[in-house]
Amino acid sequence: MFKGGFIQNLPKIYGLYTGGFLVFIILMAIAEQAGASAKAIGIMFVAFTVAIYALIGYLSRTVQVDAYYLAGRQVPTVFNGMATAADWMSGASFVALAGGVYFGGYSYMAFLVGWTGGYVLVSTLLAPYLRKFGCYTVPDFIGTRYGGNGVRFCAVLVLVLASFTYVTAQINATGTIAARALGIPFEAGVWVGLVSILLCSMLGGMRAVTWTQVAQYIVLIIAYLIPVFWISNKIGAGVFPHLMLGDEVARITELESQFGLTKNSAADVKAAGVPGGLKSIAVAHAGVGAGGMAVWKYISLAICMMVGTASLPHILMRYFTTPSVKSARKSVAWSLFFIFLLYSSAPMLATLSKISLMDPNLPTGIIGKSISEVQSIEWVKQWSSQKQVFIADFNGDGILQLNEWFMRTGVVVLATPEVAGLPYVISGLVAAGGMAAAMSTADGLILAIANALSHDVYFNMIDPKADVRKRLIVARVLLVVIGAAGAYIASMRITSILGAVAWAFDFAMSGLFFPLVLGVWWKRATKEGAIAGMLTGLAAGTAYLIYVYPKFMGNPAWLGIDHLRFGLIGAPVCLVVMVVVSLMTKAPDAATQRMVDEVRVPSGRSILGRQH
Amino acid sequence: MSNKEKHWQKTRGHMFVTLALWAFFSMVVFLFGYEINSMSFLGYPLAYYMTAQGSLLAFVLIIFWFANRQEKIDEEFGFGEKEDD
Repeated sequence: MFKGGFIQNLPKIYGLYTGGFLVFIILMAIAEQAGASAKAIGIMFVAFTVAIYALIGYLSRTVQVDAYYLAGRQVPTVFNGMATAADWMSGASFVALAGGVYFGGYSYMAFLVGWTGGYVLVSTLLAPYLRKFGCYTVPDFIGTRYGGNGVRFCAVLVLVLASFTYVTAQINATGTIAARALGIPFEAGVWVGLVSILLCSMLGGMRAVTWTQVAQYIVLIIAYLIPVFWISNKIGAGVFPHLMLGDEVARITELESQFGLTKNSAADVKAAGVPGGLKSIAVAHAGVGAGGMAVWKYISLAICMMVGTASLPHILMRYFTTPSVKSARKSVAWSLFFIFLLYSSAPMLATLSKISLMDPNLPTGIIGKSISEVQSIEWVKQWSSQKQVFIADFNGDGILQLNEWFMRTGVVVLATPEVAGLPYVISGLVAAGGMAAAMSTADGLILAIANALSHDVYFNMIDPKADVRKRLIVARVLLVVIGAAGAYIASMRITSILGAVAWAFDFAMSGLFFPLVLGVWWKRATKEGAIAGMLTGLAAGTAYLIYVYPKFMGNPAWLGIDHLRFGLIGAPVCLVVMVVVSLMTKAPDAATQRMVDEVRVPSGRSILGRQH
Repeated sequence: MSNKEKHWQKTRGHMFVTLALWAFFSMVVFLFGYEINSMSFLGYPLAYYMTAQGSLLAFVLIIFWFANRQEKIDEEFGFGEKEDD
């Protein structure tokens, strides 16, 4: 059955894997019918999938540097696309995106455009050229193109800051899901999550992460799409929700005007004892705000997320692993296709979830019913006891109004299957999907940080004579240390999931976007320019974040640039400083100019060899 | 002008065209979000549709188109890669 090598057999192997996973879902459904408890099914789902990832991680172990850092540069185009999609779609995307759309409406969906549009920048400006360069890490490119350890170190600094901000949120998400599925406290869940993450990456580095990410993509996309299609068909909204929910969107707008969109005052919410983080619907589902500020808010957020996407090292490094430059380029397209499958479903899930709760003609509708009746519904009882949903009877009429129903954003994904009356096996599947999404992103991020520290700081700066064995031991030790640091910070519960995630994009955009792009597209860019640009861009962005963030200095935002958009301050500063300083310093030498010329054509050998 | 310079000029032109399409679907459309939302597509309000699905799909198609055309440019100037993957 399996002739030829591992790479030739990939479609068969992952085909079998997908079939096996579907069989597992069916077995769980049978177990549910036979009377297995919801809790047992949840544990089975998470334990079974994590065990598979760990097995893949073990089978992909390696003692070669190019396999550890680049997965041997043999990851086929489409598979790299799947791995990138899993790398990209975080626990926040999976769990919180639909909830964000549910509560935030049109203006929130700037995130959807931002997190996909960025890939156009990746493919046109960066990915093919970085692949031709042949670097192991993003700072490896900066350090070789501009020359010197100073510039390399600045790039490591930005990378660590951006990726670490992101990784704590991911470990936090794995912890939340593991805690819920396994019935253990959150603090313990974080460490269980970390061990699962390290099992996937420690022995095989990039190679192991690649093949587990493909497996995780398959789980997460199945887990996201099955409920969307099932619910849509169950409530008679349409066989293919993406094309057929127009009537439901119109119906929600109609119901919104019938029930009234009321924004609760903070004092009322506090007096009623609504737990922190829970929200009620106060923004129109499909309406667009009028006026210049609304437009600017939307577009500025989209710009930050797009430019940030094109600067995030854990994404860029995935394109170092393809066999050729043209497959790197195509691979970006496939990545975005696989991401599109989930992202275009999130607004559909939000629509289905909202109509299920709001429409009095549906058996699942709760708005407009008596509160005592709603409180006796099984899923309301369960999620209330976990402080995930809350009812506050502001006007005291005993009827549930739209502004009296509170939910946490994650509930939209996690509870909608139950709300719509789907069997529990689907909820277990969703938990496994969320776990896969959070783990795959955390793996990519931890590896990006650890590789930069082991290759750029340890090997290039501290001990350039280290042998392969020593280099890989250092790489693995760093992986564990960084993961543990992330888990420790996550267990202290400092930030909400999405605040921190958006910051990572702004940090990366402030410090890395222009040094990367100009490194390829402007031969005159110099080392001094790059160092000055990275440091001032990062400093300006960070200073503005401290200035504007409510929990730090809390000053009013300038031109609507709030803490989610501070990259709009950092990146322009970085560009201007980099150009001015580059023009003031001596042009790069002939060898560097030739190197840039070489990077611009796909044919020929890469600048840095397989082993370096 | 050398072959390499010509190749780069064409590559750069292709990059700018691609980025213009990108800017249209990521920014220009949403400059008029309020105005176009009264139009409808597949039964959805148009601005809602574009941000939920339309622009996302456009990006996917733009990148596939970009990659194919760039491959042709590389081959035209003899810089295509030989090995097949």
